[in-house]
Amino acid sequence: MAGPVAPPVEPRPSAWGGLNRVLDTPAKRGAAIGLILIVMAVAPMAFGPYATVILTNALLYTILALGLNVVVGYAGLLDLGYAAFFAVGAYSVGILTTTFGWNFWATIPVAIVAAAVAGVIIGTPTLRLRSDYLAIVTLGFGEIVRIAARNLKITGSASGITGIEQPWLFGWHIATPTDFYYVFLALTIIGILVSVRLSNSRLGRAWLYVRHDEDAAEAMGINRVRVKLAAYVIGAIYGSIGWAFFAVNFTAISPESFSFKQSTLFLMAVILGGMGKIPGVILGAFIVVLAPELLRDLGSFRYLIFAVGLLLIMLYRPSGIWPVRSAK
Amino acid sequence: MTGPSLILSGVTLGFAGNTVLQGVDFAVAPNSIVSLIGPNGAGKTSLFNCITGFYKPRAGNIAFEGTALLPLKPFQVTRAGIARTFQNVRLFRQMSVLENVMSGQHCRTSSGAVGAILGLPSQRREEREIHDVAADCLRFVGIAEDEWPREATTLAYGHQRRVEIARALATKPRLLLLDEPAAGLTRSEKQELIGLIGRIRDERGIAVLLIEHDTGLVMSISERVSVLDHGVMIAEGTPKQIQSDPKVIEAYLGSEDAEAALAL
Repeated sequence: MAGPVAPPVEPRPSAWGGLNRVLDTPAKRGAAIGLILIVMAVAPMAFGPYATVILTNALLYTILALGLNVVVGYAGLLDLGYAAFFAVGAYSVGILTTTFGWNFWATIPVAIVAAAVAGVIIGTPTLRLRSDYLAIVTLGFGEIVRIAARNLKITGSASGITGIEQPWLFGWHIATPTDFYYVFLALTIIGILVSVRLSNSRLGRAWLYVRHDEDAAEAMGINRVRVKLAAYVIGAIYGSIGWAFFAVNFTAISPESFSFKQSTLFLMAVILGGMGKIPGVILGAFIVVLAPELLRDLGSFRYLIFAVGLLLIMLYRPSGIWPVRSAK
Repeated sequence: MTGPSLILSGVTLGFAGNTVLQGVDFAVAPNSIVSLIGPNGAGKTSLFNCITGFYKPRAGNIAFEGTALLPLKPFQVTRAGIARTFQNVRLFRQMSVLENVMSGQHCRTSSGAVGAILGLPSQRREEREIHDVAADCLRFVGIAEDEWPREATTLAYGHQRRVEIARALATKPRLLLLDEPAAGLTRSEKQELIGLIGRIRDERGIAVLLIEHDTGLVMSISERVSVLDHGVMIAEGTPKQIQSDPKVIEAYLGSEDAEAALAL
């Protein structure tokens, strides 16, 4: 059972990418994180309301990209239908709060469970497939969910769901763009911590074992289908929570937000920044959101410039923008 | 002495009309060192793959300590107490030596996503345990501590082979299958390997079944030797009996392994 010829060895990205080399002491690392947090905390005051909305969007993309990174970056499963999972979360919240009058916070556990169930339903039959087939199946699943949402009465068909109430938290009405900015900042921080912890755990290592060599992993007693399913479910939960908050921020859900194009944007954020590297994924998400904004003056040309930029990055840095840890 | 722990009876394997294994009967006693030899293409690795669940035989039975192995998936076979190495070393790329060996503990531990996210005490205890077992296995096979953080696939070839054995030992097996463990090793490394296989049996109480072309090595460490030729088990016995068996010599003559036959 001779395996395929091993591609040239490339140092494995640690969860922190090349950061460990630049910031080699805990003090330096703490200072860098503190600086970023301060900048993020004062950003709404410093950059004005327009930038706040854009940054909120970038944080949403970061959360979703972190979730997709678990699936694509850690477990190595090419998922082209990621939007389907956050559609499940968004519609759970939308339907329960508007049609059934639930409190937003009570719908979050439902959204999580619904996303996990969707992950299991789509994952159980498909995760036995090798990656190319998996990509096709997930693509199909993404479209099924979107088209179903467009046509079902309960999801508000093509016009979606509107009039979703903005939530209260201990007497604080989360309503202004600035409020939501801080909510998404908190969610992003939680998302990063969860990703870091997972990557340094038994499950996180199992994802890498399975990604590098399924047969050897199985010979070590690892149930590859179960491990992949866990990645799928965790990715789905990230997406579900992220878009649930997006839904109450915009007070509306449209089925067209869950298109294939949307799924590829997140995939792009993950691959662009560097799969499996948390700072890279964050950077990728920010680029995907901010680059078209910064190039806005160029009108329609901005997409052309953006596309050319992406192609150049993929040509010259195929493993992502973020530097990999150099070999010792 | 109790009966054999691993028993194969009438194992027949075929791919697209070709018969790879034909009614193979075979057994391994607990705490023994057994070798499986035979010319190239005899079906030795296929037999390993049948035992470990990677191939499903068309007929026959395989049992380990009274458990039928055929319905089990490879990861379940490992859990049942059989670990293996691969003919062409298959360490996990881009991962450190230590992380590679830690993979073996996966099937003996249980903490999942929730434990990791919350950093529960039980999860942290388990992480320490995984680390300690891996460290113990690495020391046992003689990989120095300064090599543990290195990327496993950058080690010298002989060391990679040992890391692979440590990884298999970390699954806490009662039977270890080694697929050509001496291939590509230098003479002194082969001597060390002989010592290591002996210690695996003597100190850890693990039975060892190996496929090997180096007849000198096979004859010096095995208690029993089985010979497979064209998918058929043609001889079984002590090294001495095998060396003088005319059927074995015939099987090797005229094959690519004629040299090995001369060594017999």
